[in-house]
Order: sequence, then structure tokens, then C-alpha cells
Amino acid sequence: MISRVNLYKLLPWAVTCLLIAPILALILSAFQIDDSGSFQHLIDTVLWDYSLNTLLMILGVITLSFIFALPVAWFVACCEFPGRSILQWALMLPLALPPYIVAIVYTDLLDFSGPVQHFLRALMGWQQSSDYYFPDIRTISGAIIVLSLSLFPYLYLLLRGAFLGQSGGLFQAARTLGLSPTRAFFRVSLPLSRTAMAVGLSLIAMETLGDFATVHYFAVSTLTTAVYNTWLELGSLTTAAKISSLMLLVLVILISLENYSRRRQKLYQRSGATHTELRFVLRGWRKWGVLTFSWGLLFFAFILPLAVLFYYASIYFSQSLNLSLWKYTLNSVWLAMIVASLALLIALIVNFYQRLSPGVLAKATIRLSSLGYALPGTVVAIAVLIPLSSLDLWFNRQLIEYGYSRVGLLFSGTLFVLVAGYLVRFSAIAVGSIDSSLAQVSPSLDSASRTLGQSAAQTIRRVNLPLISKGMLSAFILVFIEAMKELPTALLLRPFNFETLATYAYQFVSDEMIEYAALPALLIVLMGLVPFIVVSRLMEKAS
Amino acid sequence: MSTLIVNKLSCFYQDNQVLNSLDLALDNNEIVCLLGESGCGKTTLLRAIAGLQVDLSGEIRINAKTVNDTGINIPPEERKVGLIFQDYALFPHLNVFDNVAFSLQKLSRKAQRQLVTEVLTLVQLKDYADRFPHQLSGGQQQRIAIARALAYQPELMLLDEPFSNLDHHVRFQLIDEIRLLLKAHSMSALFVTHSKEEGFAFADRIALMQAGKIVQIDTAQTLYSHPNSIYVADFMGLSNYIRVTVRDKYSYQSELGLLNCNAIIEHPINTHLTLLLRPEQLAVEVDPRGKGSITKVDFLGAYQHVSIVYLSKHYIVKQSNHDGNCMQLKVGDKVSLTVLSHHFVAFPIE
Repeated sequence: MISRVNLYKLLPWAVTCLLIAPILALILSAFQIDDSGSFQHLIDTVLWDYSLNTLLMILGVITLSFIFALPVAWFVACCEFPGRSILQWALMLPLALPPYIVAIVYTDLLDFSGPVQHFLRALMGWQQSSDYYFPDIRTISGAIIVLSLSLFPYLYLLLRGAFLGQSGGLFQAARTLGLSPTRAFFRVSLPLSRTAMAVGLSLIAMETLGDFATVHYFAVSTLTTAVYNTWLELGSLTTAAKISSLMLLVLVILISLENYSRRRQKLYQRSGATHTELRFVLRGWRKWGVLTFSWGLLFFAFILPLAVLFYYASIYFSQSLNLSLWKYTLNSVWLAMIVASLALLIALIVNFYQRLSPGVLAKATIRLSSLGYALPGTVVAIAVLIPLSSLDLWFNRQLIEYGYSRVGLLFSGTLFVLVAGYLVRFSAIAVGSIDSSLAQVSPSLDSASRTLGQSAAQTIRRVNLPLISKGMLSAFILVFIEAMKELPTALLLRPFNFETLATYAYQFVSDEMIEYAALPALLIVLMGLVPFIVVSRLMEKAS
Repeated sequence: MSTLIVNKLSCFYQDNQVLNSLDLALDNNEIVCLLGESGCGKTTLLRAIAGLQVDLSGEIRINAKTVNDTGINIPPEERKVGLIFQDYALFPHLNVFDNVAFSLQKLSRKAQRQLVTEVLTLVQLKDYADRFPHQLSGGQQQRIAIARALAYQPELMLLDEPFSNLDHHVRFQLIDEIRLLLKAHSMSALFVTHSKEEGFAFADRIALMQAGKIVQIDTAQTLYSHPNSIYVADFMGLSNYIRVTVRDKYSYQSELGLLNCNAIIEHPINTHLTLLLRPEQLAVEVDPRGKGSITKVDFLGAYQHVSIVYLSKHYIVKQSNHDGNCMQLKVGDKVSLTVLSHHFVAFPIE
């Protein structure tokens, strides 16, 4: 008999096991013998080029993101200039734009028939492309620029937080010890934010590793596109699993680097006056330089792509606005809501387990259930497919054995697999969000409630849940946003004839039909932005 | 009869023995203070009694009911103990009324209102029922926490450093108030602190803890004047130690001369011992031919501490300021040192 006491320990472990089972299955199947020989074929031909491209992409994107994010984070956190408070939040906006949308916008603007080259030709009197040189955006450099424009806000957010958290007194101490503001920045502020920098850069590296749509659109072959192609075109799950495991290896390295940099995190505590009180006011050429750089970045990363989308959406509004658009929007919203609710439930289960019986075991469930977030969408998709397709095979065999007719791919061919994939990938966001909001509830409140005659369950209901209600809402919304935007997992796992807003938009992107991609893309941005603003407001009020 | 009996209680946490076969008994209507350095196990003991600590062995009985023993671990919600915290632990999402009524859900709304008003009156915060915790001062929050615990009508009150977040003035005022309140309700209480002044003011008896054990439990006066070890002596106040030899049943031989004791010495003659001399048990006098010299004078108002080197040993002497003689001593003065006759406390030499 399972008593109630055991149930609360059993449930978190069951949930955790379900979430990590696909990853384990992936690693196991990577060691299986490949009958088709297609993995060997890949090694002999293109695998090294793909790996090299992946590496180049990661290095390029983290370098360029760093160049974008570092100055604006410093300006916004520690300097005073007109429009600073707007830039502060506006610089997060590029996160709402999926990179493949930015990619098609810039391709549209910059290719031969686009307005930029058109204008240059008209100006200079050139007739054809052989008359002049113009850089091609559909290259690895183009992909690096586009991804950096979309991903730099991650680093910006973390660096800004680090700069704001530093004691401004340290910076002033450096100045009184004879350092110019610039030198004080490089010798004090920058080293102090090393941890945030490492976390931000590894986050960007992981996102780059996981990016599928941008590189696919620019025809840059990386490990992600290799996974996609081997599964969808060659149909070899084993080969896809082998490539995925290769990416897992890259991830392990990235995460280890990140953990290594976090090792001395507790050194950086805050005391005394903050930078907020000691912002220095920019004047003259400095002010104009900062304004140009910051607004320029925001313009190219967000305003211009959004304007182009609006332009196309308004021109092709009536053609774009059709029944299928509504259907796919509803699909996306429903899917995202289901995933967000389930992720929230998982987060509550593992976090309350940790709350009620703190220790190594409980911490392990939190860590393990969060593993999936680091994984690229394509890898998660392959990982989820492995156990579920085996389950389908087994299930159908059982049915036939007992005299029933087969039911087909009940698990791997339905929405079940899509929800499972999303949960593996996004549960971590909810787990982390609940973890941090629960951490702010003093454990003595639990003890107080228990000694006032309330059971553990009553304490959760009457004390903990009301106190983390905001954290629960933001966990839900954050997962919702990610699920709305998610493309590669959806592309690989969606059931036949099932489209989400993202797959619908991407279909037009890959067919170079920006005019039809514009409206669904705008909808994706909107669905991300509105909840995002709600969450930011919640966070502001909480702090 | 005892309200609380703790019998051979041990607790391990990550291979550390936090409680080491600890015994403790609390009489009815008695307030005992658990005093000790941080990490000595005071809070663990309190949590163990409240039922919030796991991995215990030993017995705990509250009003003759066994709440912890081999195979028995009654959950905290069934123990009827009130627990008061350093951070007050008021529920921030509930107002004062709902905080105090937290444990009264089974009562009718009318009965709740009556009881809440009653306990809020006791802590003199009757008009604050609609406020939220963050709108109250620290002292007010702690009073609400007391009221909340009282409303639950516990059989034993446990207080975990309840006054340490309050400033000095509010602290001692609240200590007096809560002590009176507990006494008026004939309630036993166990109180954890690392400040002996709080212990002196709040408790009937003080239990001094060291490394998971109670090393001495008695009134504050006894702990101060008759400590059973050098550890207790040092914890309770400033002390000087000198080597002495038992000369006869009433005197010791020492480098400060013959010391007459006003009680019978139980150690055999010629035993070497370490003698405790509190600063107020020494007297100092300016003497140009004295063997001591003053190295430091700390003026503290009503009295001062005079540091002396006497035959190359350091002593601290307390000198009260009743006749203004504090003014006369200067660093470098030659002095003589005498021991005032009293009931000496001596420890075996380790």
C-alpha cells in the first residue's frame, strides 16, 4: 500500500524520471549499432564541416553579442542620459522577435531585388549584380549577425543586473585611487561582473547551438540542421540520435564552463551605495555617442524588422487574414496553455518536495527535471521520439496479441509527443521560477504554521501557495511565451496536418514569402510581448 | 510535575552530533533560558521539541505525553507548542486579525473575533487588527506573534532568539512585558538566546549549553558565582584565574598571599587548584612600593575596569565609582592588589 507520506516522495521522482527518460534513451541509442550506415557516411562526408560551422556560429555569435550587449548594459545601468529609462526595457524587446523572422526581413531588405541594392543601383547607375560588390547576407556571417541581434538581450539583461548589483562605492574608490572612468570600468566593474558575463555568454552559446530556423533559412549547415535532415529526409532515428549526442557533448562542455565560472559567485556581494544613486551624467559627444549606439542597436534589432513586418502585414492583410490563421493561432494558444499548466504542476511537485524534505535527493529532482532546457529543440524532439515510438510499437504489438486491431502511433504520432517534447524542454523555466519565489518565503513561516496546528498540506495551501501566487503566474506566462515561439520541436514532432503559428510562419519564411509570413510573425511577437510586459510588471512590484 | 522532560536526546546532522544525549526538565510555570554560543545546538533542541527536527534519538515528553521516542514522532501540528521566531514569522499575506486567527479555523467567526480581541488586548495592540505585518514595527510584530501563539493556547511556549532583531530599549521593555504575560497565564517557556543579559532578565533558570549538552542549569546568580567549570565561569562574566594550594580547611596559599575562604574547603590539603576571582572580588590601591602596575583603565560610568600587571600576570579589577575614587588611578601607577574574602570557587588543574 502506498501511504500518503510515500506518495509525496514518489510523485516528484516519477515526474523527474519521465522528464529525463528521453535524454537517457537518446544517449543509449547513440551507442546502438547503426544498420543503415548513414552515420558512417556522414562522418566520411559532411559531419566535420557541420561541426566546424556550429563552432564558428557559436564563437561568432557570442563575440558579436558581447560587443552589442556590454556597452548598452553599462550605459543603462551606470550612466544618465535622455531616454535611459525607455532603453532600459526596450533593449529586451528583440527577444520577442524570432531570429528567423529577423533573417527573412534582412534578406528581403538586402538582396538583389531589395530596396537597399535597388537604391544603390539607382544612385550609381549600375545595371546588374556583376557591376558592383555587395555582401551576401545568406552566409554564415549573415547568420551570425542576425542571431546576435536577436540574442544579445540575454547578456544585456544579466550584465545590467550585475552592474546594478555592484556597489557603486567600489567604482568611486577606484576613481579616488586615480583611475579614469574608463579604466575604473575595465579594472573594477567588468571583472566584478565576470560571473554574469559567463552565464549570459553560455546561455547565448546554447541558444546558438540550438538554433535551427536561421541557419536552415540561410542554408548554413550545422549539427542542428543535420539532425533535422537525417530524421525528416533520411528517416534514420539512430543517426539523428548520434548527432544529437554529439551536441549533448558540446552542451556538457558549455555547462561545465558556466558552473566553473559560478564557483566564486558568492564573492560578489553588494554593500553600500549602488550605481543607481551614483549614475554619472553624460554630456557632449559622449552623450551623442551613447545615444547613437544604443538606439542604433535597438533600431536594427527590433524597430526596423518590426516596421517591415507591419508594412507587409498591412499590404497583405486581407490575403493573410484567413481561417487557417485563426485555427493555427488557436492551436498555438491551446498548446502553450496546456504545456504551461503541466509545467507549473511539475514545478510545484518537485519544489514542494524540496521544501518538505530538503536534502540531496530533493535537490537532485530539481536539477534533473531542469536538464531539458539546455537541450536544443531538435535534440529534445529526437530524444522524445525514441522512447515514445518504442512504446507505440510495443503497445500495438500487445493489442494484436490480445486480438484487437492496431491503433497506430498513439503516443508518437499525436499531440501527446508534442506536449511531452515541450515539457522536457520548458519545465525547467517553471521549476526555476517557482524555486526562486519559494526561496523568498521564510522557512520559519512553515514552522510557525505547523506549530499552530496545521498539517503540511494545510501549510502549503494556506501559507505557501498564496505567497507564491505571483511566482506561479510568471512561471505560467514564461513557459507560455516559450511554447508560443518554439519552432524546431514543433517542426519535428507535430502530428500530420497540425500547424502552430510558428510552423505556419516558418513555412512562408522558407518559401521566401515574407508578405504572408508577416502577419503570423507579428502575432507571435504580440503573443510574446503582452505576457512579457505583464511578467515584468509583476517582477517590478515584487522587488 | 514537569511540563517538559527531555531524556537522552541526540541528533545527528550530516555526521555532526548536534545534540549529545541531552537531558532537561521544565517545571510548571517555569521559564528556562537556553544560553550558549552559536552552533551549540540550542535552536536544534527547540526545533526538536516543536517536532520540526528529524533524525532524533531519545525521549521528549510534553505534559506527560510522549511526543518523541523510538518509533514515535508526533508531527508538530499535534504537539500544542507555541513557537516564536527571531524574524517574527508573521504571514505577510494576512492582516493582523487573520494572523492571530490562523489556528482558530474550527471556531465560529464570532468565537474567533472574541478570542483574537482578547489576546490582542493582552499584547496592547487591540486597534491594529486590520493592519498588515509590514505596517508594524519590529516590537509590534513580535507582540502579534506572541498573540498568535497565545490564541492557540499552547501547553508550552518556545522562543527562538525572539528579541535579537530589536533595538536595546524596545528589547528590554518587551522582555518584561512578555515575561509578565507568560507568568500571568502560568505558562512554561523555553527561551533560546546567546545574550546572557536577555537570559538574566527573562528566565527563572538558565541552562548553559556547550557542544550539544547542557553543562550547568541553575539560577543566573548561581551560574555567575558558582560555575561548575571554567567554561561556565568565562561565559557568565569576566574572570581572573590564579594557581593556589589548599593550606587548610579555610585558606589557600597563592602568589597574592594567604586567601581566607568564608566556607569550608572540601579539597584535601596541599591540592593544587585554579581559583576563580571575579573582577569585583579584587581590590586595588595606589602604593609606590606595590608589585603591580596599571596598564589600562576603562571608565564605564558607574564603575571602571582596571587592568593590572602583578608579578608579570594580568588581572582585571572592577572598581565602583561610589566615592569618586575612579578619578585617581592612571596608567603606570604602582599598585598593591588584595583579594576580598568570599566563598571561593576553585577548579582542578587540567
